[in-house]
Amino acid sequence: MAASDTRSAARIEARERAAEYLVSRHRFRWPEALPWLIAIAAFFIFPDRMTFGGQVLIMVLFALSLDLILGYAGIVTLGHAAFFGIGAYTAGLLIARLGYSEPISTLFAAAAVAALIGFISGWFLLRYRGLTLLMLTLATAIMLQETGNLRSDISGGYDGLPGLTISPLFGKFDYDLYGHVNYLYVLGVLAVVFYLVRRIVYSPFGQALTGIRENVRRMHAIGSPVHRRLVTVYTIAAAIAGVAGALFTQTNAYVTLTVFDFDNSAKVMVMLILGGTGRLYGAFAGAVVYMVLEDYFSKLSPTFWQFGIGLLLVLAVLFARRGLLGLFEDAGRYFSMRKKP
Amino acid sequence: MPHFAIIAVSILFDGLAYAMFLFITSVGLSVTMGLMNFVNLAHGAFAMAGGYIVVTLTRTLGIDFVPSLIIASVSVGLISIPFERYLYRRLYKATDLEQVLLTIGLAFMSIATFTYFYGPIPKSVPLPEWLQGDINLGFRNFPSYRAFLIVLGAFLIAVLWYGFERTNIGAKIRAAVDNRRMAESVGINVDLLFTLTFAVGSGLAALGGGLAIQLFGLSPSFAVIYLVLFLIVVAVGGLGSLKGTLLAAFVLGVFDTAGKYLLADAGGFFIYAVTVAVLLVKPAGFYGRE
Repeated sequence: MAASDTRSAARIEARERAAEYLVSRHRFRWPEALPWLIAIAAFFIFPDRMTFGGQVLIMVLFALSLDLILGYAGIVTLGHAAFFGIGAYTAGLLIARLGYSEPISTLFAAAAVAALIGFISGWFLLRYRGLTLLMLTLATAIMLQETGNLRSDISGGYDGLPGLTISPLFGKFDYDLYGHVNYLYVLGVLAVVFYLVRRIVYSPFGQALTGIRENVRRMHAIGSPVHRRLVTVYTIAAAIAGVAGALFTQTNAYVTLTVFDFDNSAKVMVMLILGGTGRLYGAFAGAVVYMVLEDYFSKLSPTFWQFGIGLLLVLAVLFARRGLLGLFEDAGRYFSMRKKP
Repeated sequence: MPHFAIIAVSILFDGLAYAMFLFITSVGLSVTMGLMNFVNLAHGAFAMAGGYIVVTLTRTLGIDFVPSLIIASVSVGLISIPFERYLYRRLYKATDLEQVLLTIGLAFMSIATFTYFYGPIPKSVPLPEWLQGDINLGFRNFPSYRAFLIVLGAFLIAVLWYGFERTNIGAKIRAAVDNRRMAESVGINVDLLFTLTFAVGSGLAALGGGLAIQLFGLSPSFAVIYLVLFLIVVAVGGLGSLKGTLLAAFVLGVFDTAGKYLLADAGGFFIYAVTVAVLLVKPAGFYGRE
């Protein structure tokens, strides 16, 4: 009797601790404010580098969308640039062909078109895994690029759509030469999207995605609608990548078919891996570190930079599989363990 | 001869030559992926290395084209062994993503290295006299180089088929592709077998890289641009299947050539449309195991 009492007491305690963890893990913690404070501080510290700052934030958003499918749902894709490109061209074509240039509604349009393409392609592709899925996602991006090239009368072909002008934000704030308005605009969009992604990740739906990543057979066995969940998250990620693409067009005031390049898909994946997958702020750390290093080293020597990023990837796979943030965590744990005894 | 027949014959001839290039370069990738389930995005880098070795041997050292091809192929095969033993082997049990990242990292590093030494401008090779100009096949002239490609491809297919289907080592490789654990339990040294096939596959890729120079020119971006084609051939053919790789190379080679002849604008679209169509119907490729 006594033995079973203590056992059930231990079991109740364990269950309470698990419940407490699940209830508390989505709560706001102070370190989470840090990246946002840095982003705002950057605005005041580097006022003359705000165009570059806007580019960095766009890549953060793009990497965040990849984190949803790669980091949380475990879908390995080589064609995520497809949705970035769709968003970029939605914004570009709205201005160049229809003369519609209101920025915020353009973002919604880009998200909708990218989500539609994401839904259709995801519906077909997400039944496959491994090499087949890699090839199909890669082929999707290249086919979109070739379609754009085929109808160069509309898309402008490889010359792209240059010299796009965007209407003032809220009809009031004009885009200035130094990218100040643009930086705050992109930061605002990033904050809104980040809030949504955070909600998704900590929802039961996000839990189910993690389950699919960790053990898809077991998720099937407990009756989880795996395919529907994957298509849903793929569609959401496509929409976010589309928003990032639209912001890219608005920031640069031009767009070319190179947005669909394999390089673009590879680049965003490298950023995310560098920062750490499946951990929300990995996209921030990775994109910022990558963009700053690229900005610095590719000016010195593009060849040197390419070698460096290759080496970084190899080292990351061999020694730091959980990315920069994972390294920090490990270092933190190491030091706190040293302190205890 | 009627006009459309001439076009059809040209498409078939050029397509066949292209298919031979695709087969020679991709077959190693297919066997290694079938054997170890390893996604090797650095395969194109080995092909590129072969191409640059051929460029150096012919241009700088003045060696003839054909002996250069052989030297390049053998040396890349040997160079690939330490890569397999010390880098790839650590990741056989890892996820797709980790394999993709490691090998893409290697591809980037090789592109940068070759850009550093050879510059970004495309290179060409001096061909011997008998490979220049045209060859007359009775009703029409064809470029000798492409005819050479087709003959060489046919020869290699025969050799590989014999090696795969009729020798002891071939039987062991097939056994290991079918069921690795079973093969190991009956005493086949799969690790050694894999190092061997990897070296042969990389050597063949280097040969393909050397042959490609005359067709497409050789620049450091070769490693990534053509890699996509090799991966497509492997995926469409089915992992680890010689027959599948051959069929896929033929179908994709002819379709791509036909697309470029008949609809120049749509150029690159065809090969990907065919790929998607095949993979949607047969996700494991023509001869892959479901």
